[in-house]
Amino acid sequence: MATEALGWWGVPLGILAGTLRGSVPFLLVSLGECLTEKSGKINLGLEGTLLMGAMSAYAVSYLSSGIVGPTLASWLGVLTAGIAGMGLGAIHGWLAQQPRVNDVAVGIAMIIFGGGLANFFGKPFIQPQAPQLPTLAAGGWSSLSQVQSALQISPLFLLGVAIVPLMSWFFKSTRWGLYVRAVGDSPDAALAMGISIFWVRMASIVAGSFLAGIGGASLSLFYPGVWTERISSGQGLMAVALVIFARWQPWQCLWASLLFGGAQALGPAFQSVGIDSYYYLFNAAPYILTLLIMIVTCSPKRTLTGAPGALGQSD
Amino acid sequence: MASTTTWRRSLEPVALPMGAVLSALVIFGVFCALVGANPLAVYASIYRAAFGSWSAWQNTLLRASPLMLTALCTALPARLGLVIIGNEGALVIGGLAAVLVGLALGPSLPGGLVLLAMALGSLVAGGLWIVVAGALRHYRGVNETISSLLLNYVAIALMNHLVQGPLRDPAFVSKPSSFEIAPAAWLGNLPDTRVHWGLIYGLVASVLAYILMQRTTFGFAARTAGGNVRAARIAGLPVGKLTLAVCFLAGSCAGLAGMVEVAAVQKRLNESIVSSYGYAGILVAFVARHNPLATVLVSVLLGGILASGGILQRSHNLPDATVMVFQGIVFLCVLYSESLYGRFKVFQEREGQAEGAVVAG
Repeated sequence: MATEALGWWGVPLGILAGTLRGSVPFLLVSLGECLTEKSGKINLGLEGTLLMGAMSAYAVSYLSSGIVGPTLASWLGVLTAGIAGMGLGAIHGWLAQQPRVNDVAVGIAMIIFGGGLANFFGKPFIQPQAPQLPTLAAGGWSSLSQVQSALQISPLFLLGVAIVPLMSWFFKSTRWGLYVRAVGDSPDAALAMGISIFWVRMASIVAGSFLAGIGGASLSLFYPGVWTERISSGQGLMAVALVIFARWQPWQCLWASLLFGGAQALGPAFQSVGIDSYYYLFNAAPYILTLLIMIVTCSPKRTLTGAPGALGQSD
Repeated sequence: MASTTTWRRSLEPVALPMGAVLSALVIFGVFCALVGANPLAVYASIYRAAFGSWSAWQNTLLRASPLMLTALCTALPARLGLVIIGNEGALVIGGLAAVLVGLALGPSLPGGLVLLAMALGSLVAGGLWIVVAGALRHYRGVNETISSLLLNYVAIALMNHLVQGPLRDPAFVSKPSSFEIAPAAWLGNLPDTRVHWGLIYGLVASVLAYILMQRTTFGFAARTAGGNVRAARIAGLPVGKLTLAVCFLAGSCAGLAGMVEVAAVQKRLNESIVSSYGYAGILVAFVARHNPLATVLVSVLLGGILASGGILQRSHNLPDATVMVFQGIVFLCVLYSESLYGRFKVFQEREGQAEGAVVAG
């Protein structure tokens, strides 16, 4: 193992590398879910969207690399993943807004449907190697190969980081951001303002699913960089918890994604220096952390501060 | 006229889901045609693999029995207005408790007693697991959907940790697993079938849940609290105790499903127990509109769909994920049909024509 040469320094380096790699899907999916939940609906189906995005990105990248070259092919894959996400988002957005239809149940049905489609069409792409997204080598200053490989940054990570201030500004300072918040906080007030609740929610869910689809692309085209049927491993569902953890604020989504990515890297990092007896319990760290934070910050007297008012209410 | 009215009204909750399943079949047929398979042949295969023969029925019932139990984990709290999705976690914890009890008591007690102890262990463990979500909801206002979802992952991590470490059987190499429980404590099959006793557990639990929720004061109180918490408090109902009790019963059903999986199918504990029966149970509950008797029917339907996975691959060269697609389409259609209640004149008081109009919707 490379980390042996570094000894215990391998642990923080491993955590840093794991954070940079592992937080990308969390960041993109949580930003998508943040936008969705701000409009007052939950989309648990982003787990299926993540799988669909991963599969379609990988397939398109593989199939088109002979025609347009590997770099363009991988970006084409990213775009396809986003569009596939939008397709699933449109189904969720329409169905979850029908009267008496529960958005949690639709989300779970969408996990099965999206995951089923991804596995169905992804079967032929499990073996071949698709061209990966080019990465930015931020560790070029170091002569240590471990540092260099740890600091391979995905362009999708930078994209996600760039979206954070944009989305924050969108919610705070734009007319459309106000529409989304109005629909999410008080649908009656939004209706009085003459806003179409249906279309604002639809747009939020579809845009959020676009981001989640791109998050899927980062799974199959950056890290772990392959397409398998279990690649999403619950990260889409975790991102839902993460948004609550982040109190529906884009900036906090960024910090929470880094924290979750880092927490996920704890197990492998400790394993690399020979501590592997608590590997699985370390893997549970992000979930326990979220649970503890919810316990500390919630109170029976009031709902979570920052929670969109219409979230979880039937209409 | 009055009798016609009730007749039409009670037809609606049967006809709408059936119409939804038919629509799903049509959509799935289009999907099959698009990917180059003959839809009619695929339907025939699914029917044959699910309900075509006694052997097919046994396959279906085998898959339906854990679903009946895990569905109750969502259906019971739903009556209280809680959306619990911790079925998978409660199932895993129930399986874990069953293995711990089975391994501890296996050598010293007769098989029947060990089975009883395993069942009790799984009921208590699964129940307490969901009580955590209910208590957090009641005392801290933590959203029960999210907390029960998180608890799933904690349960799976705990199970993986134990079968990797303290419980691991070094002689079993294919994947990290616990030691095997003694053959005397295996859950046997119903006479002359391949279907294990878990089916009876599922049926009994569903009937008991129905009686409890529809025919007792407890169930009435729970439904009242689910309808309007403030009114229930004013009426003096112990909302907190009701929440905890219902969550305990819900979790214990899913926990029992874990015990059945361990004692009848896996015989030891490993990652195979995480087999998405929990998540499928959530859907079963919603599709059955949280009615414990309807969950039995929906479980059998879903069990049939799951049982047809192999044959689609063998005789139509379709990937095994095809049944996932079909399952997804069926549930999306049935969920959509929720919004159609009251929209069809056929089911209203006025005299209408045949029920054929439903299918078109």
